[in-house]
Amino acid sequence: MSIDTETARRVAKLARIKVEEEALPALAQEFSAILGFIEQLNEVDVEGIEPMTSVTPQRLYRRKDVVTDGGQQAAILKNAPDAREGFFAVPKVVE
Amino acid sequence: MTDLSKLTIASARDAMRKGEVSSVELTNAYLSAIDGSGVLNAFVHNTPEIAKAQAEAADKRIKAGDAPDMCGIPLGIKDLFCTKGVDSQAASGILKGFKPEYESTVTTQLFDAGAVMLGKLNMDEFAMGSSNETSVYGDVVNPWKVDDRNLTPGGSSGGSAAAVAADLCLGATGTDTGGSIRQPAAFTGITGIKPTYGRVSRWGVVAFASSLDQAGPMTKDVRDAAIMLEAMCGHDPKDSTSADLAVPNFEAMLTGDIKGKVIGIPKEYHMEGMPAEIEALWADGTAMLKAAGAEIRDISLPHTKYALPAYYVIAPAEASSNLARYDGVRFGHRAKLAAGDGITEMYEKTRAEGFGAEVQRRVMVGTYVLSAGFYDAYYNRARKVRALIKRDFDEVFAAGVDAILTPATPSAAFGLGEMKNADPIQMYLNDVFTVTVNLAGLPGIAVPTGLDSKGLPLGLQLIGRPWEEGDLLNVAYSLEQSAGFIAKPNKWW
Repeated sequence: MSIDTETARRVAKLARIKVEEEALPALAQEFSAILGFIEQLNEVDVEGIEPMTSVTPQRLYRRKDVVTDGGQQAAILKNAPDAREGFFAVPKVVE
Repeated sequence: MTDLSKLTIASARDAMRKGEVSSVELTNAYLSAIDGSGVLNAFVHNTPEIAKAQAEAADKRIKAGDAPDMCGIPLGIKDLFCTKGVDSQAASGILKGFKPEYESTVTTQLFDAGAVMLGKLNMDEFAMGSSNETSVYGDVVNPWKVDDRNLTPGGSSGGSAAAVAADLCLGATGTDTGGSIRQPAAFTGITGIKPTYGRVSRWGVVAFASSLDQAGPMTKDVRDAAIMLEAMCGHDPKDSTSADLAVPNFEAMLTGDIKGKVIGIPKEYHMEGMPAEIEALWADGTAMLKAAGAEIRDISLPHTKYALPAYYVIAPAEASSNLARYDGVRFGHRAKLAAGDGITEMYEKTRAEGFGAEVQRRVMVGTYVLSAGFYDAYYNRARKVRALIKRDFDEVFAAGVDAILTPATPSAAFGLGEMKNADPIQMYLNDVFTVTVNLAGLPGIAVPTGLDSKGLPLGLQLIGRPWEEGDLLNVAYSLEQSAGFIAKPNKWW
């Protein structure tokens, strides 16, 4: 499948990665090559096969739905690029 | 002074227990070796103060006589592991300056056992790469050198591999999502094991593709791999996929006796265009196991060919989801914003500046295969093929095969920069023999068994039954004994 510039622009947007307009054609070409490689999967007969959800047969562990941790506001904010008054600060969000 | 090039974890442990050398002495010797190794670019954040404090504490425990096997052993830690208060940035610009407030389970276990951290090791960015050329810290150089070219140590655990091969540490942690322990181990003449999925906790290891990621040791030989793996394994309630199984004494299982073991040789791994040297290495390894008393059986793993394309759907899909957390809000890099920029611009600029080209490519491929309209055609199909790949292995093991022998890599180490203009798929082919093992969740080990005509190391891979790392290590031990690989890189750095 060949990916056009418009699709590349849309994927970059979905991935929230800024790609300059002039870089889009090359990106589209790379996607096309990778997806071409992936398309070999269409040769495989997967009729009746369940998609794998877990590579080991065990069920995921469950724990009691209780608070086991907390009170770590300072540690959680420690690496934030912009933390103010106990919050993560971000640019204005207007929807 | 101790000859670091001859030392192993096992011999250092024994020497420390006998009082012949102290952990402080060893640690200082390795710290000096690291200081002289800048050109290799393997260590990227040195932690001498932590190392010295840990070494002093280890010496006290050893004197007291109750020290675990890893006590006092100087290690390098891959930058993918979160280490409390120490830069942990997965070789990415987006985590520049990130100092975790917590310690990964693997490093916690190693430090509790008395191991010493010399520093953090270079790698491919977010473990995405097979040549250690995608790192924000720059390329790692392979200590093996046969002409004027600088060679890749492989990837993504390239810093770990180079550090062990160059005697900058006694062992290193690695992680393996598609071959990132085994391929660099093979390229540098060392041993590396990826355990069964669920054997080692992923908690505190920066996530790449969570259904494939496993950590493991990279060491100078199989015995050391057994010792270090045991210290890394175990159930962890903080990782919901961690297996609640007893961890055996792997070292005690190294008898070298493999009489009657059935070793499978998969015909699909005879890849077209594979160098004759790799074929010969594989045939030699097969003969060695046979001579040691194993039964050799030709087997078929019919879906092998589809492992790489399935991997390049599943791994990017999971990566695009895992790496969504790098948004410039809670940790790591945030782009400088222009007047009027809102939160979307912040995300987009931050991620464009923080992620390198290969990471961006994989995140976007993953985004595409998960997007509406393509999810079934790509992602679900890949997960079905993955189920078939696992079934191939299940059937072979059910028929009585104990371990499978394959080449570890399709070539010896190549020159840094030589793949720069190749398309990304050429680089992906490095993992052609290793990636099946991740998709099936199996344990796999790379063992150095020979040199190519230029004098570069080559390795073979053994694949074991799930949870049977002990038996796998024992087969690897037998192969190691027969191969007698003792070559070391000439020190040029």
